[in-house]
Amino acid sequence: MVDTIRVEKGVTASAPPPPRKRRWRRGWLPYVLLIPAILLELLIHIIPMLAGVGISFLQLTELYLSNWRAAPFAGFSNYTLVVNFNGAIGQALLHSFVVTILYTVIVLAVSWTFGMAAAVFTQRVFRGRGVIRTIFLIPYALPVFASVITWNFMLQRDTGVVNQLLLDLHLIHSRAFWLIGQNSFYSLVVVAIWRSWPFAFLILTAGMQSIPTDLYEAAAIDGSGAIGQVRHVTLPLLRPVNRVLLLVLFLWTFNDFTVPFTLFGSAPPTQADIISIHIYENSFVSWNFGTGSAMSVLLLLFLLVITVIYLAVGRRGERHA
Amino acid sequence: MHEPVWFRWARVVVLTLLGLFALMPVYVMLSASLKPLSDVQGAFRWLPSHLTVAPFIDMWKTIPLLRYLENSLIVATAASVASVLIALLASYAISRYRFHGRQVFSITILSTQMFPGILFLLPLFVIFVNIGQVTGINLYGSRTGLIITYMTFTLPFAIWMLAAYLDTIPRELDQAAEVDGSGPMGAFIRVVIPAAIPGIVAVLVYAFMTAWSEQLFASVLTNDSTRTLAVGLQGYATQNQVYWNQIMAASLTVSVPIVVGFLLLQRFLVAGMTAGSVK
Repeated sequence: MVDTIRVEKGVTASAPPPPRKRRWRRGWLPYVLLIPAILLELLIHIIPMLAGVGISFLQLTELYLSNWRAAPFAGFSNYTLVVNFNGAIGQALLHSFVVTILYTVIVLAVSWTFGMAAAVFTQRVFRGRGVIRTIFLIPYALPVFASVITWNFMLQRDTGVVNQLLLDLHLIHSRAFWLIGQNSFYSLVVVAIWRSWPFAFLILTAGMQSIPTDLYEAAAIDGSGAIGQVRHVTLPLLRPVNRVLLLVLFLWTFNDFTVPFTLFGSAPPTQADIISIHIYENSFVSWNFGTGSAMSVLLLLFLLVITVIYLAVGRRGERHA
Repeated sequence: MHEPVWFRWARVVVLTLLGLFALMPVYVMLSASLKPLSDVQGAFRWLPSHLTVAPFIDMWKTIPLLRYLENSLIVATAASVASVLIALLASYAISRYRFHGRQVFSITILSTQMFPGILFLLPLFVIFVNIGQVTGINLYGSRTGLIITYMTFTLPFAIWMLAAYLDTIPRELDQAAEVDGSGPMGAFIRVVIPAAIPGIVAVLVYAFMTAWSEQLFASVLTNDSTRTLAVGLQGYATQNQVYWNQIMAASLTVSVPIVVGFLLLQRFLVAGMTAGSVK
């Protein structure tokens, strides 16, 4: 059991394998090999995306759903509607966006910290390390719906373990509602952290395996303690890994649908109204696909801008380093 | 190497707390699935009043669990197998050939992974409904429709991971096979694919797992007869009267194979993911 969680050495971002001379081939064969993938990409990504942009300019409600060519052209009215923050729809969207940003930032920061702490403390061999690593991966391995349904049970007011535990520890005096009101936001954050941090742990552990031990020894000779070694050796050498990890975690958390949907269903409390559910509710519960599409397009533009800025800043930072 | 005492203590404390946090839902799931109904209807009990396996028997009748299981199995298997087959061809091209549009194709594949699923769901839903109106082919509510939509996330992932894996297989291998008289496709089938079996299996399992857990597409595009586990169990769990011991038993049953598969294969998965991130 001890060795089931040994991560392959030498395959991480910070230590690329020795450059092998790439002998490129040319010819017509690759185009043939790519035909099925390209056809499917067109069918499932490109066409739907273009259709989505098209729908965002239509007044597509349930009346026109089965015959969308008859739907009246709406121009930019869907867009002006959803970004008019004085109107009800725009206000709700802005609120959902703020909630999502807050949620993402907290989940990201805590998940990374937990993952980093776990990776640092399991870096050196000790008895039981393999078991501990396996335990840490279980939240990530469990199907999301199964574990979040369990959290739903745990957060029940009268029958759940969370209230019972807090009562037993004398941290609360009466049972709280965890799935409504402001508490629903905290519940969502905790469940999302529980689900995400093992991924950070997995990737950071893999990254640390490629850091040569003699660097730590050199740092120790220079007088660095345990914390100094993390600061001067581990963190700088993990930078390339962290750059990708934080971006991936950000996108996953920001776009997450399954965790909030499994916890709250299609109508979450306003305090936990995550953007993906918000758009979902606007499209499939109130049946207005035009505004739903306009919101998705805006969401996509936001994510693109964030990603491009992030990658550009990261690249510049690297050049100056 | 020397470790200060405080470091050891900090390690014990931090790892214990994180371990308890990670395992708490596992304990609740396992213990509740062995409890009689009266235990899960009152205040939470740390230990069952008596052990029973009745929830594991009753769960098949309370909800149409077998049908959900069958739907999830078919959809997840079809989506992951189809993705891996198509991705194998594409990743061989990306890994071994330089051709026009190689960069564009790779970037498209990578960037579609960052898009929110809702972006594809909404238009796919409208397209499916309209295809049904025009041709009579019903994709909305069918397993086929769900399989197609699942490929929106399994295919790019499979291409990306397999291309990274094929890069680790020395080109000398397939070139040697070609010298022996096989064409490029012969070398691909006889040498590259057998050498890539571990990577193929890992990608297959991971694609299966993500499809198995998928919630967004399934909640819109399925009906009573095609409902998957993720949507079926979620729908039941948010009702007013819930037999929590049975739903915990059901959750446990559908999780065990997935967790075991993941733990067995995570070494390959991490290798593939981190290799993918360098490019």
